[in-house]
Amino acid sequence: MSFISNSLIIEKYLRKDMLPTIFCTGCGIGSVMNFTLRAIHDLNIDINKTVFVSGIGCSSRIPGYIYSDGLHSLHGRAIAYATGVKLANPELKVVVFTGDGDCGAIGGNHFLHAIRRNIDLTVISINNFIYGMTGGQVAPTTPLKSKTTTTPYGNIEYPIDLSMMAKVIGAPYVARWTTAHPIQCISSIKKALQKKGFSFVEILSPCPTSYGRLNKMGTTLDMTKHFKESTINIKLYEKMLAEGKTTDKMVIGEFVDIEKEDFNTKYKKFYSDLK
Amino acid sequence: MTNEFIKLLGKKNLFIQGDEAAVYGALIANCRFFAGYPITPATEVAEGMAIWMPKLGGVYIQMEDEIASIAAVIGASCTGVKSMTATSGPGFSLMQECIGYACMAEIPCVIVNVQRGGPSTGQPTEAAQGDVMQAMWGTHGDHQIIALAPKSVQETLDLTIEAFNLSEDYRVPVILLMDAEIGHMREKVVLPEITDIKVEDRVPATIGIDKYRPYGTGFTRSSKVPEFAPFGSGYKTYVTGLTHDKRGFPVTTSAEVHEELVRRLIEKVSDDIDIIWYYEDSFLEDAEVIVVSYGTTSRPAASAVKMARKNGIKVGHVRLITIWPFNYEKMKDLLKNAHTIIVPEMNLGQMIHPIREIVNRDAKIISAPKIGGAIHTPYEILKIIEGSKN
Repeated sequence: MSFISNSLIIEKYLRKDMLPTIFCTGCGIGSVMNFTLRAIHDLNIDINKTVFVSGIGCSSRIPGYIYSDGLHSLHGRAIAYATGVKLANPELKVVVFTGDGDCGAIGGNHFLHAIRRNIDLTVISINNFIYGMTGGQVAPTTPLKSKTTTTPYGNIEYPIDLSMMAKVIGAPYVARWTTAHPIQCISSIKKALQKKGFSFVEILSPCPTSYGRLNKMGTTLDMTKHFKESTINIKLYEKMLAEGKTTDKMVIGEFVDIEKEDFNTKYKKFYSDLK
Repeated sequence: MTNEFIKLLGKKNLFIQGDEAAVYGALIANCRFFAGYPITPATEVAEGMAIWMPKLGGVYIQMEDEIASIAAVIGASCTGVKSMTATSGPGFSLMQECIGYACMAEIPCVIVNVQRGGPSTGQPTEAAQGDVMQAMWGTHGDHQIIALAPKSVQETLDLTIEAFNLSEDYRVPVILLMDAEIGHMREKVVLPEITDIKVEDRVPATIGIDKYRPYGTGFTRSSKVPEFAPFGSGYKTYVTGLTHDKRGFPVTTSAEVHEELVRRLIEKVSDDIDIIWYYEDSFLEDAEVIVVSYGTTSRPAASAVKMARKNGIKVGHVRLITIWPFNYEKMKDLLKNAHTIIVPEMNLGQMIHPIREIVNRDAKIISAPKIGGAIHTPYEILKIIEGSKN
């Protein structure tokens, strides 16, 4: 995989008259869009049969910049809208972009139940630990003690771990990376796109404008370094656990990769005798 | 000409509940996606869909709540499949944000609201007409929906078909405003002859992809309704609830773009008010007193008017079938010779508001509310008619 010509590769997938994006300088969301388009390109997925669905928030603006069918729905509801799209036309590949607040707070219930049903969706959750679009309020993923405009003295609520939630509810594919791991991100998005069933890729992404500024984390470069330093790969982590050691680092990597019959397949199989 | 569901059903004369009639009407109209959540007194709609949808190759799904249900319905409709949900008061309240989305993004869908006593959880098993104003104004911002109110089980079936037709024609959410009385009542229903059924199926866009602008081209049906390109058809449509230009791109700070869009969303429906505003009238020629009703209340109202006529009172009846949009001009004309207007409603007075706006100042307007679950008796309405003579 060569990155030299990446911009040329993904250019054809962009809805150019929508550019420039609304993303702030240093925001990681553009990178995630880039990773996704690269994965789509590498897999030669038919963009005419791909629908990008999103809710509301910074990351939910991605579908607007991709030249394909896009459904920019309501705050928290992306996965519920996507469920309707996928069930009504199983031929379509349905990719959801959702933020950590969109997915874990207002949309938490839809997230949970789409996993339970194993709807064949690829959900890419861009986690920047904060509500970016509204200017930096506390999110369900905001780490303890972190400052946001609505936790000016530090966050006292325990954060949610979206990937672990997806894993325990039974999603057949779950991975978490950061924007500092482009190759791994692309590789996991590819696996997610190919997985029949609910696949979940969480990507930790820098928000220098709000989260970085409020928590004095420096530039995007500093935040990217921080991502590298404050995360640990699941393989290493498991080794550590086996050795009786522990760490406060956030675990990244591929958490689940199993086969599990998806809703559409079950529905078709179960009811084919009735028709 | 065949209709898949009628063929499958294999009988013409039915004795069914209103909720079932909504299912049958929807399936005759080729609805092939239903997402819902159990709620009294609308649950039987979901149960009926769960039985029939898989047999017709359609999709039935029980979602995690009413918000998810209408969201899935809108998503499904974006692929070109005719879609419906059914609920009652509390669920209808939850659906309001998505109904606004369907208005803004112009996604056809049908929402059945089997009204029960409110506010809040209220009276789950009792009938009411308390959501009349909410049907029109429940979602925020200026917009226009269409709402139909059936008075019988037969009409529930007929109007469900019509709800789909209007939704397709105008790319607007259509609300079928039933109530617990009709929803749970069993009546004889005769399926319409296939040749009499008009079903408007979704016509995918035909304009060249290079010329296509999702909200600016192909105004084929009505002058202000754009052509629909389902997801997966290669048109690459971007759908958003943000204020958007003709390309569908968000333009959120331009007063001109916003006003042009919102005005069109309303006018595409209201321009055709005389076509889509269904009503019935009787004894209006010499009527000095007119009873205006809609839905279930029309049944005792019609009886009361007949009884009063027998007693020599010059009373007439107007029954609204399309309750939103409200046809101000036509109503003004229908009511112009009456000195008294009586509006019986199973709420504390909702439809009386637009009527008040148009009735001439000398006429007396009497609200005849009844809440708690029971429908008006003909005698209750008759008494008010008789009282209005003096």
